[in-house]
Amino acid sequence: MSGRVITITSGKGGVGKTTATANIGAALADMGYKVVCIDADIGLRNLDVVMGLENRIVYDLVDVVEGRCKLRQALIRDKRMGELYLIPAAQTRDKNAISPKDMQRVCDELRPEFDFILIDSPAGIERGFKNAIAPADDVIIVTNPEVSAVRDADRIIGLVEADQKGPAKLIINRINQELIERGDMLAVADVLELLAVDLIGMVPDDQAVLVSTNRGAPISLEQKSRTGQAFRDVAKRLSGQEVAYTEENGSGGLFGRLSKLIRTGGG
Amino acid sequence: MTDKVQIKGIREGLLVSVVEDEGDWNLAEKELLSELDRQKSFLQGAKLILDVNEYGINAAAMGRLRDQISDHGLSLWGVLSRSPLTERSAQAMGLATRIHQTERQAEPADGHGFDPNSDAVLVRRTLRSGASITHTGHVTLIGDLNPGAEIIAGGDVIVWGRLRGLVHAGAEGNQDAVVCALDLAPTQLRIAGHIAIPPQERGQTSPEVAFVRDGQVIAEPWEPGKAIK
Repeated sequence: MSGRVITITSGKGGVGKTTATANIGAALADMGYKVVCIDADIGLRNLDVVMGLENRIVYDLVDVVEGRCKLRQALIRDKRMGELYLIPAAQTRDKNAISPKDMQRVCDELRPEFDFILIDSPAGIERGFKNAIAPADDVIIVTNPEVSAVRDADRIIGLVEADQKGPAKLIINRINQELIERGDMLAVADVLELLAVDLIGMVPDDQAVLVSTNRGAPISLEQKSRTGQAFRDVAKRLSGQEVAYTEENGSGGLFGRLSKLIRTGGG
Repeated sequence: MTDKVQIKGIREGLLVSVVEDEGDWNLAEKELLSELDRQKSFLQGAKLILDVNEYGINAAAMGRLRDQISDHGLSLWGVLSRSPLTERSAQAMGLATRIHQTERQAEPADGHGFDPNSDAVLVRRTLRSGASITHTGHVTLIGDLNPGAEIIAGGDVIVWGRLRGLVHAGAEGNQDAVVCALDLAPTQLRIAGHIAIPPQERGQTSPEVAFVRDGQVIAEPWEPGKAIK
């Protein structure tokens, strides 16, 4: 088994990187894959909270890198699911506590044991981002349909390309159909037109996500949730399945334009 | 283009700057060589002036570097550094260690050394937010210029694609510079000392040419058979 390292990043903060990591990780594990999520946001860790594993942390990523524990000891298993693990970030240190090389070493050690290694990148383009991107086989960029988030995503895509990690794939998170129809939000097609990268997920704006992250229970495990379905679709696409983008609440215009874009090669 | 290695056209050739990072020259050298490799087709045959900032490079390493650079089909002409060790090794190999100061800082609009007939560069990719191209001559981009990216040229700028970022043509004061784009929708457009902020709402997109007339930046649709400016 040689696991794929997938880094989830965005540039801008607060667009849903951590939520996406937790949910895609849970969905992949639910499909039967062996998955580990690594929180690379050292000093501002959240992934443990969103995954509901905060109270079980003994060792963290920095402990592994600095040799205070074995990698195995820092792996926290999510008992609710088959094979989902977390390596938490240290909260009392900062991004300079590890280097891109350290991340590569940790991931190389994990590859033989896991199918998927998901890295939750911190916001920004500095050291933390470079750490997160260094071991990546694939990069997923999370953005929101708003101008500032798209601008940052564009910058990140450029950096990922320069690092020869591309082509990055895009998740557009917090899509609010009502606002788009009123013309107050960028449509998916607008975002894709500017960024010109392949889409791997469209996730609706949903208050239930807030509830699930607060409870530490990934929404991708709630079979009835549309948002959960969107994350499960991302997981399926990552595993190589082809999943069509569902046409929701009658907004034929938007999705019509989108499918046209996909047919012509993604814009 | 990585952010650790920057390439800029100057009168003597290409100024390649290696940005100081973690102080390990071996890493920086690797970064530099892979960037040269990546841009091979663009750089082919160029004369290189390397700015290595604080990095200290001894004579043996300098010799290796020169060989590797010539393996890339480039010639190393000079090395700039603030490290005395590096300067000594470069001088020992007969490389230049000084170029005209205004060009080392090669910022536009300093009014020095601009020859309106100097070479043009052709860039063929999408310039995403944060990317920047500075050249004393003309710049042609085949691809989009996204918001947050910029082209600063001493001469004209042609964008075969969507121009949505910032362009400064005639950056060293050339009032006759023009900017052409298939879709001219810049965040801001500058020609010589004039700055224009285009209107937000535009009708259908068509190729346009922007230039200075009567002290104002004007954009006109391109028409077949009509002379530009």
